Amino acid sequence: MFDNFVVPDLLPAAPELFLAFMALVILLIDLTVKDSRRTLTFALTQLTLIGCLVIQLGTSSGDVVYTFSNTFVDDLMADLLKIFLYMTVIVVLFYSRGYVMDRESMNKGEYYVLTLFATLGMMVMISANHFVTIYLGLELLSLSLYAMVAMNRESVTSTEAAMKYFVLGALASGLLLYGMSMIYGATGTLEITGIAERLQSGGVNKSVLAFGLVFLVSGLAFKLGVVPFHMWIPDVYHGAPTSVTLLIGSAPKLAAFAITMRLLVNGLIAMAQDWQAMLVILSVLSMAIGNLAAIAQTNLKRMLAYSAISHMGFMLLGIVTGVVNVDGQFMLNPFAYSSAMFYVIAYVLMSAGTFGMILLMARAGFEADELDDLKGLNKRNPWFAGVMLMLMFSMAGVPFFIGFFAKFSVLQAVVAAGYMWLAVVAVLFSLIGAFYYLRVVKLMYFDVPTDPAPLTASLDMRILISANGLAVAFLGIFPQMIMALCAYAMMRSF
Amino acid sequence: MSNYLLSLAIWIPIIGGLAVLVAGSSGNDSKARGLALLVAIAGFLVAIPLWVGFDKANGGMQFVELANWIPRFNINYHLGVDGISMLFVVLNSFITIIVVAAGWEVIQEKVAQYNAAFLIMSGLMNGIFSALDGVLFYVFFEASLIPLYLIIGVWGGPNRVYAAFKFFLFTLFGSLLLLLALMYLFIQSGGSFSILDWHKLPISLGAQIWLFLAFLVAFAVKVPMWPVHTWLPDAHVEAPTGGSIVLAAIALKLGAYGFLRFSLPIAPDASHELSGLVIALSLIAVVYIGFVALVQADMKKLVAYSSIAHMGFVTLGFFMFSSMGIEGALVQMVSHGFVSGAMFFCIGVMYDRVHSRQIADYGGVVNTMPKFAALFMLFSMANAGLPATSGFVGEFMVILGAVKFNFWVAVAAASSMVIGAAYTLWMYKRVIFGDVANHHVAELTDVNTREFAILGVLAICTLWMGLYPLPFTEVMHASVTDLLRHVAISKIQ
Repeated sequence: MFDNFVVPDLLPAAPELFLAFMALVILLIDLTVKDSRRTLTFALTQLTLIGCLVIQLGTSSGDVVYTFSNTFVDDLMADLLKIFLYMTVIVVLFYSRGYVMDRESMNKGEYYVLTLFATLGMMVMISANHFVTIYLGLELLSLSLYAMVAMNRESVTSTEAAMKYFVLGALASGLLLYGMSMIYGATGTLEITGIAERLQSGGVNKSVLAFGLVFLVSGLAFKLGVVPFHMWIPDVYHGAPTSVTLLIGSAPKLAAFAITMRLLVNGLIAMAQDWQAMLVILSVLSMAIGNLAAIAQTNLKRMLAYSAISHMGFMLLGIVTGVVNVDGQFMLNPFAYSSAMFYVIAYVLMSAGTFGMILLMARAGFEADELDDLKGLNKRNPWFAGVMLMLMFSMAGVPFFIGFFAKFSVLQAVVAAGYMWLAVVAVLFSLIGAFYYLRVVKLMYFDVPTDPAPLTASLDMRILISANGLAVAFLGIFPQMIMALCAYAMMRSF
Repeated sequence: MSNYLLSLAIWIPIIGGLAVLVAGSSGNDSKARGLALLVAIAGFLVAIPLWVGFDKANGGMQFVELANWIPRFNINYHLGVDGISMLFVVLNSFITIIVVAAGWEVIQEKVAQYNAAFLIMSGLMNGIFSALDGVLFYVFFEASLIPLYLIIGVWGGPNRVYAAFKFFLFTLFGSLLLLLALMYLFIQSGGSFSILDWHKLPISLGAQIWLFLAFLVAFAVKVPMWPVHTWLPDAHVEAPTGGSIVLAAIALKLGAYGFLRFSLPIAPDASHELSGLVIALSLIAVVYIGFVALVQADMKKLVAYSSIAHMGFVTLGFFMFSSMGIEGALVQMVSHGFVSGAMFFCIGVMYDRVHSRQIADYGGVVNTMPKFAALFMLFSMANAGLPATSGFVGEFMVILGAVKFNFWVAVAAASSMVIGAAYTLWMYKRVIFGDVANHHVAELTDVNTREFAILGVLAICTLWMGLYPLPFTEVMHASVTDLLRHVAISKIQ
C-alpha cells in the first residue's frame, strides 16, 4: 500500500514545521507559567519567530523548489515575503506587549499561540501551490484571527466585530472555494502550476473557467479588503482590540498579496486579460471609496481602515500591469510585480508604525483611537509627533519617505504598461487621500491638546516606535536595497 | 572641496536644522536660535564660492556631482548649476539668514522647531535649484511642502489651518501631474531620469503639448499664475513674517525656474505653440492682479497680489524667447527676492508692534518711526520699479524685450509700471504719511538694531542691483544664450 510513498523533501518547509512544533510546545509550557506577565511565553514566542527567520535565511536556495507532491512551493518571492512576515510579527508582538498586559482577558498564553498559528497560516498561504494548501493556510489564519478579535470578552464592540469578521470571512472562503471548484471542473487539477499547464495546452471550457475566475477574484478581493468586498474592514479594524487590529492590518497583507500572485499569475496567467479588467475596476473603486470615506471618519482606526482599502487598491495596480499585451502576445513583466511587492512591504511597515502609535497612546482600561486623541501631540511629546508626522506623510506618498517610492514604483509600472489614464486616476485619488493624512498632522501640530499631560512610554516602546519611524525615513532616502531585493526575487520566481 | 559645494549647500542646512531640533528639545530657546543662525551663516558661506568660482563663459553645468542613488530606476544623485540656477542657490542661502534673524525676538513659541523648519526648507530649496535628475528634483520639490505647511499651520494667523491645507493641496495637485510627466519622459528616453538627457530627446508635437500642459499646471500653481493663484494671498496673510519672506523670495521662484529647466528645453515646439497662452495668462496677472492689489485693505494681501503681478512679468519674459526677455525675467526674480522679502519684513515690523495688518489702522507712522519710514520708502519705490532700484532693471529689460516681440504686449506690460506705482505708493502714503491715526501709532517705537541691520542689508542689495546689475547679468548670459539656441531647434523628427 505504501509502495509509492516517498518521504517528501522537508527542507523547503523547515520554518513551517519548526513554527508548528514550537507553537504546540509553547501551548504546553504556558500551562506551567505562573508569572502574570507571561514573560516566558512572550520570550519563547519571539525566539520562535527569530528561529524561523534564521532557518529561512539558512535554507533559502534561491531556486523554485516544489515539495509535498507539488502542493508546496519555495521560491525567492516566498522567502522574501516570509522574512518580512517574521519581522512584522516580531514587531507587532513587541508593540502589543504593554497593551495586552494591561488587559486581563487578553493576557493569556493563547494570545501568543494564536499569533503563531496565524503566522503559520500566512506562511502556508505564501508557499501554497495547490488550492487545498491555500485554503488550509487561509483558514488557519482566519480562525486564529477570529478568536483573537473576540479575545477581549468584556467588550461588546469586539464581540460584534468578531461575529462580523467570522460571518463575512466564511462567506469569502465560500466564494473562494466555489471558484476553485469551478476551475477544478474546467481543468481537472487543483495544482496551481498544473492549471497553468492545462490552460496553455488549450481545450479548456472557457465559460466555466471565467465563471470560476469571477468567484476566485471575489474571494481574493474579500481577503485583500478591496471595494466592493471591503465592508468588514472598517468594522473589524474599529472593533478589534488595537493590538489585534495591528496584526490584522499588517502581516496578512503580505499573505494576501502572495495568494493573489499564486492564483492569478502562477495559475491563471492565460486568463490575464479577464482578471486584469476585474482588478482595474476593484482598484479604481477601492482608491475612490477608500480615500473618500476616510475623510468622513472621526475614529483613527476606522480612518486607517479606509486608508488600508485605498492602499490595497493602489497595490493592485502593480499586479494589473504585470502582464503586458504586446501585439497579442502576453509578456510577463516581473518588475511590475516587484513594485506591487515593494508597495505591500512599505505599507506593512507604515501600518505597523501607525497602529503602534495608537497602542502607545492607549492606557490601561481605555483606548486612544479617536482622531481627537491626537490633538496637540506635538506639545505632549514632540518626538512621537515627529514620528507620526513621518508615518502620515509617508502614507500620503510625500518624499523623502518610503511611501513615496512605493507609489512611485507602482505608478512607474502603470505608465510603462501604457495605462496613462489609470495613472492619472491614481494620482488624483492620492491627492484626495493626502487631505486626511494632513488632517492628522494638523491635529498634532496646529491644535491645542485636550489632555495636556506629557505622553510617556516605556523604553522598549520608545525604541521600537523610533526605529519604525526612522526606518520609514531611511528607506525613503535609500529605497534601493529593498527595491532591488523585490525585483530580484520576482525575476527568479516568475 | 569645491566638488561638494552643492551638496554642502543642501545638506548643511538640513542636518543643521535637525541639530537645532535636538539642541532645542530641552526647551533651551536661545541655544536653538544661536545654532540656527550659525547654520544659516555656514550655509551662506558655502554658497558664496559658487558665485565667486563660477565660470561666466561656460553656459553648461558647473560644480557637477554625480552618484548612483537608486539604480533600480536609474535614478542618480546628480547635481549641478548653470547661470540660471546658481544665483538662486546663493539668494536662497542669503535669505535664510534674513529669515532666521527676522524671527529672533518675534517667535517665542517652539523656537527650535520654527528655525529647524526654515533651515530644512532652505536645504530642500537648494536641492530643487541644483538637481539635474528628474526624480531628485521632484523629491526636493515635494518635500519642501512639508516644512512650509507646518510653518503656516503652527505659527500662522487665525485662519492658518485653511491656508495651510489650501497651500499644500494646491501645490501637491500640480506636482503630481509633474510626476506623471517625468515618468513618461523616463520611458520615452529609454530609461533615463537625467534632465539633461531629456533636453536632447526628440518628442512628437502631440506628446510635447501634453508634457507642456503637465509642466504648466505644476509650475503655474507654484509661480503662481492666474487663475491658480488663489492659494498665495491666503498663505501669505496667515504665514508668520519669516514664512512670507521665504514664500515670496524663494518659493515662488521654483515654479518660474521649472519653466526654464523643464518646459522650454524639453518641449520647445510646444512652448512656441502655446506661448500665446502663457503670455496671455501673464498679462492678466500683470494688469488684472495689479488692479486687485489696488483695492486690498490688508497690507500683506496687497504685497502678495503685487508678487503675483511681478511674477507675471517673469513668465512673460520667458515666453518671448529673447535673451533680453529671459535675462530681464531672471533679474526680476532675484530683485523680487530682495524687495518682496523686505516688504514683508517691513509689514512684519509694524505688525509686531500694532498687531494689525489693515491699512486703515495706520497713518502717520513717519512721525514715530522715521528711520523705518525711510527704508520702507526705498523698498516701496523698488516695488514700484523706480530707476536706480533693482525693481527697475528687470521690468525695464522685460518691457524692452516685449517691444521687440509685440508692441501691444509691451504696452500692456508697461502699464503695470503705472499700476504698480499706484498700489504701492498709495499704500505707503496711507500708512506712513498724514497725521498720527491713533494711539497705537503714537506709541510706536522705531526699528531696533536687529531690524535696522536686516533692512539695511536688503537695502544695500536692492540699490546695488539697481545701480550695477552687471555681476548678476554676466553670470547668466552664457546659459541663457545656450538655452535660446536650444529652444530655437525643433525637436520633432
